[in-house]
Amino acid sequence: MISIDFILLVSTLMMFAGVYGFLTRKSTLAILLSIELMLNAANINFAVFNNLLFPNGHEGVFFAIFAIAIAAAESAIAIAIMINIYRQLQNISVDKLTKMKW
Amino acid sequence: MDYSQFLNMQAELSLLAVIVILFVADLFMCPDGKNGKGVYNTCLPVVLLTVHTLLNLCPLCHEAGEAFGGMYQHTPMMSIVKSILSIGTVITFLMAHKWLSREENLVKQGEFYLITLFTLLGMYFMISSGHFLMFFIGLETASIPMAATVAFDKNRYESAEASAKFILLALFSAALLLFGISLIYGVTGTLYFDGIGQAVSNCEGFNPVMLLGMLLFITGMGFKISLVPFHLWTADTYQGAPTVVTGYLSVISKGSAAFVLFTVLIKAFGAEGLVQAWDQAFLWIIIASITIANLFAIRQNNLKRFMAFSAISQAGYLVLGLMDGTAQGMTSLVFYLLVYMVANLGAFAVITVVEENTGGITIDSYNGLYKSNPKLSFLMTLCLFSLAGIPPFAGFFSKFFIFMAAFNAGWHWLVLIALINTVISLYYYLLIVKAMYIIPNDNPLPGFKVDCYSRTALFLCVAGVVFLGICGIAYNFIDGFAYGLDNVAKCCMDAVDCCCSQSCH
Repeated sequence: MISIDFILLVSTLMMFAGVYGFLTRKSTLAILLSIELMLNAANINFAVFNNLLFPNGHEGVFFAIFAIAIAAAESAIAIAIMINIYRQLQNISVDKLTKMKW
Repeated sequence: MDYSQFLNMQAELSLLAVIVILFVADLFMCPDGKNGKGVYNTCLPVVLLTVHTLLNLCPLCHEAGEAFGGMYQHTPMMSIVKSILSIGTVITFLMAHKWLSREENLVKQGEFYLITLFTLLGMYFMISSGHFLMFFIGLETASIPMAATVAFDKNRYESAEASAKFILLALFSAALLLFGISLIYGVTGTLYFDGIGQAVSNCEGFNPVMLLGMLLFITGMGFKISLVPFHLWTADTYQGAPTVVTGYLSVISKGSAAFVLFTVLIKAFGAEGLVQAWDQAFLWIIIASITIANLFAIRQNNLKRFMAFSAISQAGYLVLGLMDGTAQGMTSLVFYLLVYMVANLGAFAVITVVEENTGGITIDSYNGLYKSNPKLSFLMTLCLFSLAGIPPFAGFFSKFFIFMAAFNAGWHWLVLIALINTVISLYYYLLIVKAMYIIPNDNPLPGFKVDCYSRTALFLCVAGVVFLGICGIAYNFIDGFAYGLDNVAKCCMDAVDCCCSQSCH
């Protein structure tokens, strides 16, 4: 049986890999992938806590299922917005989204 | 299962009915865009939403209750906040009339009402949540369609850029929030707000994982309310979004999130030790929000961008109400929200009609507006005075109450800093008044006639600005339903007294 520490280590690493990717990637699609990584790190946490610490209920697992569904809706909207930007700029790099600043 | 618990969800169910009716009406009555004008245009949604608001305000639903085993909770205070939000949405719809009558928007006007009402439904569920799952679903229902309304001007590049910035940061903050909730679940083993509160006060000592979860939660909500370390999306999104949507974002979305933050903090994180932690966090967040936003607002020329920084600093004042989580703080927060809503939407209504009729959106273009549009300039001045907090208008009283709540909670020098910042904000609000009345300009924007829908919106806002300050009934009415940490503590004390006296007998 794997100890809970190792699983939490994996989820925390995933979370901060996602934060790092969000801050450094140039393509908005890569940024979206980083956000998925962060959301899934939280989902791992829910599943692990539910199975190993509080095995009497299903609260955490259900939360994870709902979170996955919401993440799918979010990426659908985000990709639609990226397509709209691509139509106007022929590019989806965040470097180009600089018309409005300060 | 007891179906009568659905009666507690009166507000949500009636809003859902409005949405379904509008959905069906959109199928049959939408103009085809080539030869047709809007058949029901603004009238039907406004009437339906007004009926919904009145139903919601009636005393029948002013009883506390819950549904689905405590996942959905209802208190009279929540139904007051929901009514405030839906009145704001009615005003937004009235403002939107001229913008939606443009040729390219005529076909999709039905979508605008539906998407906006879905975000409102999400906020209702978020406000009434008693469980983190309900809270998270409500939050996302409120923020995902919002990105679609920000991108509503499909062929305008600024709108697309604004929505990209909005959705990316909304997703990022949602991910942080989710991680925070998972940590809280790991510590306490439950996701009910009440259960978390009990679990934290039962366990001995100080739990750093719980603290991290709470801070991630505050971060996620800070993005929604656009408080300062998390405010960077605000100015760009507000500038690029359609003006009507900017008004909606700056008041309705922000106000609901602030109220929810208050209720969750007192319910789930009201334990000794945690209260001090979030007070300390909000102390610096408030100082930074008010000061930095004020300094940035001074150097803006685009009026929507200017209103964005003004909205960030107003959010700082709004959050001032939740220091220490007192009942007085809740009253002043809700009253501030009400007054801020009428004043800010009034200013946005003027900006919208000027933009739609003449295209002017910079502060420079308002030079000499007084000569061509004296009435509009006067209304704009009233709203700006109220936002700045000049005595006869409602803004003064709302600021006074919120300072009083923070002062009574013992945050004296924080109130002093907020007062100094009020003076700074007076300076930049008066810059616009100066542009309209004093700066000479031979070619001001041409005069025009305001359509009757925008006229109604302006009338409602100005009536609110003038009368909410003079008659104190509103404040007392809200005060009757407020609750906070001190109230809850008092109830517990009563219960303990009861137990003691029983055991004595």
